[in-house]
Amino acid sequence: MIHSLFLINHSGDIFLEKHWKSVISRSVCDYFFEAKEKAEDPENVPPVLQTPHHYLISIYRGKLFFLSVVQTEVPPLFVIEFLHRVADTFQEYFGECSESVIKDNVVIVYELLEEMLDNGFPLATESNVLKEMIRPPTILRSVVNTLTGGSNVGDTLPTGQLSIIPWRRAGVKYTNNEAYFDVIEEIDAIVDKSGTTVFAEIQGVIEACVRLSGMPDLTLSFMNPRLLDDMSFHPCVRFKRWEAERVLSFIPPDGNFRLMSYHVSSQNLVAIPVYVKQNISFLETGSCGRLEITIGPKQTMGKMVEALMATIHMPKSVLSVSLTASQGSYTYDITTKILIWDIGRLNPQKLPNLRGSLSMQTGVPKPEENPSINIDLKIQQLAISGLKVSRLDMYGEKYKPFKGVKYLTKAGKFQVRT
Amino acid sequence: MQEWANQLCENRQFGSKMTDSKYFTTTKKGEIFELKAELNSDKKEKKKEAVKKVIASMTVGKDVSALFPDVVNCMQTDNLELKKLVYLYLMNYAKSQPDMAIMAVNTFVKDCEDPNPLIRALAVRTMGCIRVDKITEYLCEPLRKCLKDEDPYVRKTAAVCVAKLHDINAQLVEDQGFLDTLKDLISDSNPMVVANAVAALSEIAESHPNSNLMDLNPQTINKLLTALNECTEWGQIFILDCLANYTPRDDRESQSICERVTPRLSHANSAVVLSAVKVLMKFMEMLPKDLDYYGTLLKKLAPPLVTLLSAEPELQYVALRNINLIVQRRPEILKHEMKVFFVKYNDPIYVKLEKLDIMIRLASQANIAQVLAELKEYATEVDVDFVRKAVRAIGRCAIKVEQSAERCVSTLLDLIQTKVNYVVQEAIVVIKDIFRKYPNKYESVIATLCENLDSLDEPEARAAMIWIVGEYAERIDNADELLESFLEGFHDESTQVQLQLLTAIVKLFLKKPTETQELVQQVLSLATQDSDNPDLRDRGYIYWRLLSTDPVAAKEVVLAEKPLISEETDLIEPTLLEELICHIGTLASVYHKPPSAFVEGSRGVQHKRLPGSTGSGESVESPDTGSAAGVSDAPPAVIPSQGDLLGDLLNLDLTPPATTGPPPPATSGLQMGAMDLLGGGLDSLMGDESEPVTTRRERPPIPLRTGTPQSPQTLQQSPSPPDYSPTELGGDLGGSSAMGAGFGAAPAAMPAPVSGGLDDLFDLGGGVGMPMGAFSPPKIVWLPAMKGKGLEISGTFARRAGVFQMELTLTNKAMSVMTDFAIQFNRNSFGIAPAGPLQVLTPLSPNQSIEVTLPLNTVGPVMKMEPLNNLQVAVKNNIDVFYFSCQYPISMLFVEDGKMERQVFLATWKDIPNDNESQFQIKDCHLSSDAASNKLQGSNIFTIAKRTVDGQDMLYQSMKLTNGIWVLAELRLQAGNPNYTVSLKCRAPEVSQCVFQSYEAVLKN
Repeated sequence: MIHSLFLINHSGDIFLEKHWKSVISRSVCDYFFEAKEKAEDPENVPPVLQTPHHYLISIYRGKLFFLSVVQTEVPPLFVIEFLHRVADTFQEYFGECSESVIKDNVVIVYELLEEMLDNGFPLATESNVLKEMIRPPTILRSVVNTLTGGSNVGDTLPTGQLSIIPWRRAGVKYTNNEAYFDVIEEIDAIVDKSGTTVFAEIQGVIEACVRLSGMPDLTLSFMNPRLLDDMSFHPCVRFKRWEAERVLSFIPPDGNFRLMSYHVSSQNLVAIPVYVKQNISFLETGSCGRLEITIGPKQTMGKMVEALMATIHMPKSVLSVSLTASQGSYTYDITTKILIWDIGRLNPQKLPNLRGSLSMQTGVPKPEENPSINIDLKIQQLAISGLKVSRLDMYGEKYKPFKGVKYLTKAGKFQVRT
Repeated sequence: MQEWANQLCENRQFGSKMTDSKYFTTTKKGEIFELKAELNSDKKEKKKEAVKKVIASMTVGKDVSALFPDVVNCMQTDNLELKKLVYLYLMNYAKSQPDMAIMAVNTFVKDCEDPNPLIRALAVRTMGCIRVDKITEYLCEPLRKCLKDEDPYVRKTAAVCVAKLHDINAQLVEDQGFLDTLKDLISDSNPMVVANAVAALSEIAESHPNSNLMDLNPQTINKLLTALNECTEWGQIFILDCLANYTPRDDRESQSICERVTPRLSHANSAVVLSAVKVLMKFMEMLPKDLDYYGTLLKKLAPPLVTLLSAEPELQYVALRNINLIVQRRPEILKHEMKVFFVKYNDPIYVKLEKLDIMIRLASQANIAQVLAELKEYATEVDVDFVRKAVRAIGRCAIKVEQSAERCVSTLLDLIQTKVNYVVQEAIVVIKDIFRKYPNKYESVIATLCENLDSLDEPEARAAMIWIVGEYAERIDNADELLESFLEGFHDESTQVQLQLLTAIVKLFLKKPTETQELVQQVLSLATQDSDNPDLRDRGYIYWRLLSTDPVAAKEVVLAEKPLISEETDLIEPTLLEELICHIGTLASVYHKPPSAFVEGSRGVQHKRLPGSTGSGESVESPDTGSAAGVSDAPPAVIPSQGDLLGDLLNLDLTPPATTGPPPPATSGLQMGAMDLLGGGLDSLMGDESEPVTTRRERPPIPLRTGTPQSPQTLQQSPSPPDYSPTELGGDLGGSSAMGAGFGAAPAAMPAPVSGGLDDLFDLGGGVGMPMGAFSPPKIVWLPAMKGKGLEISGTFARRAGVFQMELTLTNKAMSVMTDFAIQFNRNSFGIAPAGPLQVLTPLSPNQSIEVTLPLNTVGPVMKMEPLNNLQVAVKNNIDVFYFSCQYPISMLFVEDGKMERQVFLATWKDIPNDNESQFQIKDCHLSSDAASNKLQGSNIFTIAKRTVDGQDMLYQSMKLTNGIWVLAELRLQAGNPNYTVSLKCRAPEVSQCVFQSYEAVLKN
């Protein structure tokens, strides 16, 4: 099981360590540093490393490495999932997951880690449960604590810990009872030079914000549930009902949670909301290249495309760019060679266009690789897969809650090859 | 650290935030004293703040152990946070201050009886973390109480505590009976307790591989399945992993477990999903393939695997490594999902490489166009490693999907035109493989390749190019010039290139003898006189002698037709794959190595096997189970790559029998001749080393090989991921590495069992004559007249003069005449089959008996039987068909050349892992060691050496089975003691039991 955890910052300093069994010397991280050195890019450090006596399993989140040390055969996914859970918890407690915030809250961090794992076995990872045991810091509370000598550690057994529904605490009370659901879909796609879709799929999630008193039992049904290829549910969802009736029936956790995630795969036709016309060329002779990009609407289902942005990772030899954008603004980072064109809203009448010349390093051969264009966008009030919630019913409680569903489509890993 | 603290200090001065960073300011000397004072303060708040400062210092690795007594004094408090903080401190420093830690014991014991279950649990949890022997004694009583606590939260914490305690003092845990209590907790009413008990037991079991801790039976399985639905995600992982160790009794149970596990595939936690996949993949083996549910299950597996690929890159990586295994075992699951493996440019490199691997595995005629278009795209990416792999992948596509070969070659040519150095080199390496696979088809591109000769600077590419030049010397006008240009820097080249150059020039000489005599002499003298490399020297001598003795024979040998290379070069060897499938989701699955190969302290980890199907007599390798079958469907001359031939019984059916022999029959006689010449030559060259000569005689055609010499070591079930392409480049005759090993040119190479599957085909019938007196069991009745409608068959097996035969007595106990006898065997472990028809020429009249001898061979179809030496026989006559099964003594399969060289024996003995050793006792045997040795020799069990230590004789013996598996034995006997001990070591440990039975039978007869 998980033996130790080291938090390592971008520059390779270990700034926190936690051992759940015997203490393992920091020197074990040297193997990791070696791999990090070799990988150049922090994203490219292999997540599972073998050392003579230990295994190092790491994740890279928020410019930090969460490195766990394992001594026996354990499922690496279990460790990786757990590390992400740790990062999620920090995020939830402190609003962000960064070195400075962890250092600022080191005692809470330590308390959290102690509660999350016992002898390498996960203990409490549900944020509802953790928050009952260790209260998240707020300015008000820390002021109150210093004045009254109160503590941020709860002294009752968290109610959820043992019930069959560990995700919900008993005795929840609200004056306004409300349940909101956000259906968020991300399009992952690869579009080739000629504009043909090589591959496209949709990753969807339903994020819920439920503030309901008592023990409500909810049923959420869809107009077209057969659309979904693969679903993963929050443990609260009754799988049998889904199998039989294709409805989500559950007693919700209190607060924000991810009800389900789903996947609409390339087997179905995935609508691609925008097209990109591009021409990036590097001239054989001389030291320049040309770039022209136009983006236009394709299948937007009549909705507005917003927050449109194109990111291009230029070859190393591109020294600078001189471009004009018909809409929005662009930046080019000469150290990372990343060109970002922030367009904003897509106007179908006047298509945004970016054109101009690239100045290249002289004396080096023209780059072999063709830079890919990454597209970001948002479409409000649309789930691009066509998924629609038909109704939400509540049983078990008498009051009438406010209900709402929002849809949002975003670009995930949306790449256009050139 | 100091610097950082100072920085924080400044932060504080400027910002004076209300954060924990203020606790980091206590770095200056004297602060310890200040803290000490604060810890002993009367004010609760001050105390707590002080403890926080202490903890903060501890967290960043500062030594605050001097404060131990003061901190422990704060332990007796009602404030839960303070208590927790003190516990944190204790856990960290108890080890270094064991005496002090005792001071805390009383408080722990008291806390274990606290009315608040949270405190009880916390106390028992913390006590377990204090890794001090003295404390553990005090821990036992409270732990016992907590294991039976009324509150499940306490019980579940206590369950984990048992594992902690076991880690510190295993004996204590066993003596105190905690293991039994833990086992009882598997039946607890609370699912969380069950999950933790399972987790604790699994962890303990890992350090006790042989203890029967997890006693899984249908009842406990049922408990686990119930708990599975209700416990936390982490508990589900533990339970699923535990379930995977269970072997269901029949397909029904298997199906019902699968049904209850399937919902886990929809869990949000990817580790749960993958553990569920493991259980399903394993239990699926037991389901009959024609079952509807089987198909449903296959369909259900694809979507969750695809979804894993949209998770974070680290998760993707582990998922991909596992998918790689799953795709090899059951390609049908993901065959329509090719697109999800397409690479995105911002995937981390480790994800890209894995995706590429799987793309190749899934490539088929249906999707090859898409795959090629993608690969071409990848070949222009930035990352060099990735580009290289993409280029290789194009070559692999060409080899795998014949229809695409042409397109692949033209893609590769396009890539060569880019003139990007590493792309060109990779392309040339793969084109060489394509030539090997499709001879005389794409040679028109050679001219283009030759243009790039000068830009090649990597040994592999150079060697590939030289191979091509040598192989097609007759079509390249200036081949001699090209090769000569390489020769100039001969000694600076790597061995791989040197060997290749030597062979290429010899080939050139044989093709154009007139113009190149000088060149060949030059290279031969470079190789033999100026080189320190024994491989190179040996090969040089062999060529030299061959050329000088008999150029015609040389031509036959060097320019003989090469065996084709296999299409899947890096398949994981089937037994290893089976084992890895049982370890899906574990580190083993990420490394593609069996856990025994790398898990530290896993003394004798049990090898896991997939359960067999309980359906019809279908073997594991039935056609729909994947790539293995693909190979056997392929044209017969394809030789599987090295991994496939490793010595296990099961994979023998990968070797298509009968047609494997590389040399065309017409020339083999000639080659034999050449070989004898060679043998003589070698004798003089190598002095006393007679071993290579004998081995060469037995394996006529191929003493030479042109590839990189491979030590036997690398040929063992090498756990490293197999190389993408066969490293054997030339392979003038023994092209594939598997063959190369067997015909090893290096004198030290042992006659690896690896090659057995092949060369025994040559050996058959080539018996050298043998001492008589081979053991043959007495005849027994196999088919009683009752069952045979009056036909009684009794029989036995014998090996006479090197011929394996079945001796039968057929008796007609019916009233009518019997005619038309015929016999057939079912598939069996060693491919035993009748070598001819059953010779019963005259009709068998009532009450008559006839003795028949049926010669047998071992080239029949192979299927592993249980027991291994079981043989199912069908005998037909004019009345009916009768079936019976009998068991042959495995000693019948020991071949006459089973005597291993001493050195080889020693090396092999060391080389076979100890896990494969099994020991047996033979009781009541009264032979002297010499008599025993003689007796065994009669049955082809050869004594290689004898050692006497303290009056105990130790005989070292070897034997070889017809399928090339070597068994090594140590027989220990002591004068006056009728009990012998046999230790058997074999790469296929399954045979040990049978071999032992043969020992017993031979010795007692």
